[in-house]
Amino acid sequence: MREISVNELIPVIRRLCIDANRRLPGDVKNAIMACRTCESWGPAQDILDKITENYTLAENQALPICQDTGLACVFIDIGQEVHLSGDLSAAVDEGVRQGYRDGYLRKSVVKDPLRRGNTGDNTPAMLYTRFVDGDRVMLTVAPKGFGSENMSQIKMLRPSDGEQGVLDFVVSVVEAAGPNPCPPIVVGVGLGGSFDKAALLAKRALLRETGKPNEDVYYAELEAKLLERINRLGIGPQGYGGRTTALSVAIETMPTHIAGLPCAVNINCHVARHATEVL
Amino acid sequence: MELHITLPLTKEKAASLHCGDAVYLSGVLYTARDAAHQRLIALLEQGGTPPFPLEDAVIYYTGPTPAQPGQVIGSAGPTTSYRMDAYSPTLIRRGQRGMIGKGKRSPAVIQAMQEYGAVYFGAIGGAGALLATRIKQAKVIAFEDLGPEAIHRLVVEDFPVTVVIDSQGNSLYEVGRAAYLAQQNSEKTDAL
Repeated sequence: MREISVNELIPVIRRLCIDANRRLPGDVKNAIMACRTCESWGPAQDILDKITENYTLAENQALPICQDTGLACVFIDIGQEVHLSGDLSAAVDEGVRQGYRDGYLRKSVVKDPLRRGNTGDNTPAMLYTRFVDGDRVMLTVAPKGFGSENMSQIKMLRPSDGEQGVLDFVVSVVEAAGPNPCPPIVVGVGLGGSFDKAALLAKRALLRETGKPNEDVYYAELEAKLLERINRLGIGPQGYGGRTTALSVAIETMPTHIAGLPCAVNINCHVARHATEVL
Repeated sequence: MELHITLPLTKEKAASLHCGDAVYLSGVLYTARDAAHQRLIALLEQGGTPPFPLEDAVIYYTGPTPAQPGQVIGSAGPTTSYRMDAYSPTLIRRGQRGMIGKGKRSPAVIQAMQEYGAVYFGAIGGAGALLATRIKQAKVIAFEDLGPEAIHRLVVEDFPVTVVIDSQGNSLYEVGRAAYLAQQNSEKTDAL
């Protein structure tokens, strides 16, 4: 059994919060570049160039790429051969607190959904843990902006709705969102499970390397079909018109009930942040 | 069209702007987003004096990140505007002439804009680091306890925005998308 004190996680979470907010991952940069090459519409090209200029500036001058430095979504995969001693969620929150303070990141969390009131330190984190094989701990911080989060939807489709029903629902969510979530967007789709699991699958889909297809060829083709339909909508970067409405679509699935076809669509903006470290 | 506008945004200047125009704003902007709007409206309903002159004002929907040492302001891009739809018609009737944000507006906001000659500008969402370079001064002038949602007075130089909805009610979200799709269709027809 490998012993790790949760205190060791604090500086890692701190660093990941800061890095994720300042440095756009290479896969997202590549996706933006690829879309810029395919884009023929002048105003859309101009916006993609500005977006590129922005993340380059942010990286070079250590600035947050976007002022919405997000809810700190933290995913920890814990190897079953590891014993984490201490209060894990308190340690994660401490890492977030330090990262958002020392990185000059915005504190965007209110302590109550109706009575509001900023918590002042961007805690609590949205923490998800999972047990995996091995003796390592993998930490991912994915700061999630709410302009795009607010445009996400879930629908309990019927099994008879099938593939067509899924395609139509996902495209309808993107079309309804229009310019609001800062297109070009990344679309995460969660299929199957239960109401709650579908939403989490959709969020986890956003963690996948942008543009990397599903390992299951059937779902890889579905992702490609969705991306093509979405990029025929004409919404374009910022909604001013153009081809590049989405950079990529990622679908994650799991078994579900004989009566169900839960379908969750989690939308991310082009500032699709995620940073990972393995202990 | 590419235009340079000095603020405040008078009715005449607003009327000269058309949907799709690239505009560079210079002068004073005020920031306000969800919580600041709620407080502003509550203040007005109680007959109070707003913390900045609403007449010909342009409000920027943003909640910046904290400034690092030596910086004027942190990253400061636009937030999604529809959350301010409940408040904007009241502010427009009180003289607000411009809004900077991103995303769709409600029919009630667009109607008030047409009636009072106001303009809705879009700034590039997710480009907060770049936009901050055009902000030359920043100072919190009200609701400091709201943190990032406090009202800031900003002095900007050539702040780049696009006219998304003009005072006639024309929307770039409709016009731009339709123009792109029409071009795509004509290319398809040419190919046949």
